[in-house]
Amino acid sequence: MTDCKEIVEHIVEHLRTVIPPGTEISAESRIVADLGLDSLAVMNFVMALEDEFDVSLTMDNLAQVETIGDLARTLAALISRVAE
Amino acid sequence: MSILDKFVPLQHAYGELQRWGADPFAVTFDSVRSPVEATIDGRPVLIFGSNNYLGLTFDPQVIASGVAALQQYGAGTTGSRIANGTYQGHAGLEDRLAAFFGRGSAMVFTTGYQANLATISTLAGRDDYLLLDADSHASIYDGSRLSAAQVIRFRHNDPDDLARRLRRLEGQPGHRLIVVEGIYSMLGDRAPLAEIAQVKREAGATLLVDEAHSLGVLGENGRGGAEEAGIEDDVEFIVGTFSKSLGGIGGFCTSNQPNFDILRLCCRPYMFTASLPPSVIASVQRGLERLHEEPRLRLNLHRNAHRLYGGLSSAGFILGPHPGPIVSVRLPDVAIAVTFWTALLQAGIYVNLALPPATPDSHPLLRSSVTAVHTDDEIDQAVAAMTEIGTALGVLEGGND
Repeated sequence: MTDCKEIVEHIVEHLRTVIPPGTEISAESRIVADLGLDSLAVMNFVMALEDEFDVSLTMDNLAQVETIGDLARTLAALISRVAE
Repeated sequence: MSILDKFVPLQHAYGELQRWGADPFAVTFDSVRSPVEATIDGRPVLIFGSNNYLGLTFDPQVIASGVAALQQYGAGTTGSRIANGTYQGHAGLEDRLAAFFGRGSAMVFTTGYQANLATISTLAGRDDYLLLDADSHASIYDGSRLSAAQVIRFRHNDPDDLARRLRRLEGQPGHRLIVVEGIYSMLGDRAPLAEIAQVKREAGATLLVDEAHSLGVLGENGRGGAEEAGIEDDVEFIVGTFSKSLGGIGGFCTSNQPNFDILRLCCRPYMFTASLPPSVIASVQRGLERLHEEPRLRLNLHRNAHRLYGGLSSAGFILGPHPGPIVSVRLPDVAIAVTFWTALLQAGIYVNLALPPATPDSHPLLRSSVTAVHTDDEIDQAVAAMTEIGTALGVLEGGND
């Protein structure tokens, strides 16, 4: 699953389990500002994604991530690098 | 618009805390009479919130050494270690530390924070990888930010996760520097160092252990978690501080690496700050000797730690996983934590209040700690006060069996 859209859908599905029901969520949602996740919740859910895709995000990678789309693109780039 | 506007949310959170009737960030000790007795706002208190594990701050020999050096060498050095700030005392303490740890060399830094900032940022270069335990102290995170290396976190105290992340780096150039702590400062839990050392060996990585809270506390000779786990030969770099069990201030890094001393010429937090005052150096050196001469201090500390941990555990508090000098009580929310902390202070017991996001699991903590010189009566008094307040607030949820 290296397609960015598929990864976005996967992240959204994952996040729905940790955010209040009814919260609007899309690729443009800002993970902290819009979804209200604290730093610990973000770390836990990013680590779960890292396990699923068998990649490690660096702190620099994470610093560039604001939206779900940003995270999906970062994951897609790492996955494609591993596949090379 | 002000340049400080970005801190408005923090100001609001701080204001909320003060409205609950407490300001744990502005506690001022009117006087301190011993490692365990002080006065706050005119009220005598027992100190159960320090890092003074061996009680050396008031050791007569430690004080006398500092006084003598203050009179002989003056109040400060006014210079960096690489300019006019290295006196015989600084070099002598480095030799003493290296000998204590059985290593070739040691460097002394002005604070423990700077010891991590300096070693981590300098050792891990542009092509290297830093692998940090997710619960690392701020000084480790800040050192990694100052480093040009790529930084990867692994799950707290999880050698399997560390191994997975090292495996993902296979084929990539550069060194891998793993950074862990002997004892973690918030919950007092210990790193599984034997397992981490095994992962390190298998991956051909380099290991740095921060023994800030474990120096003088763990190991047969007080050398820390690596000594206790029997893996000292696997640890290339040991970092530590003088501001906990040694009762002073400053930090160090010690190593067997042959060219270790070259760091003195490229470690910016070592080079561009003034060195420790000679009086502090002398007190710390005497403190290190006391640690070596008086193993009973460490035995008393562990006896006291078990008494405090056992008392609070029996009362039904939710504590950290390991009995040790840091005994943290997990509380459900900030309002209860602040109320608890304030009531405890009024009852004459001072502990640390640790609030998220500085805590490991989003819960506030009452972080208490013991020293080697607390008496049984003092510990029992603290347990009784905490139990009475905890009962009134309805937070005695379960034991730690």
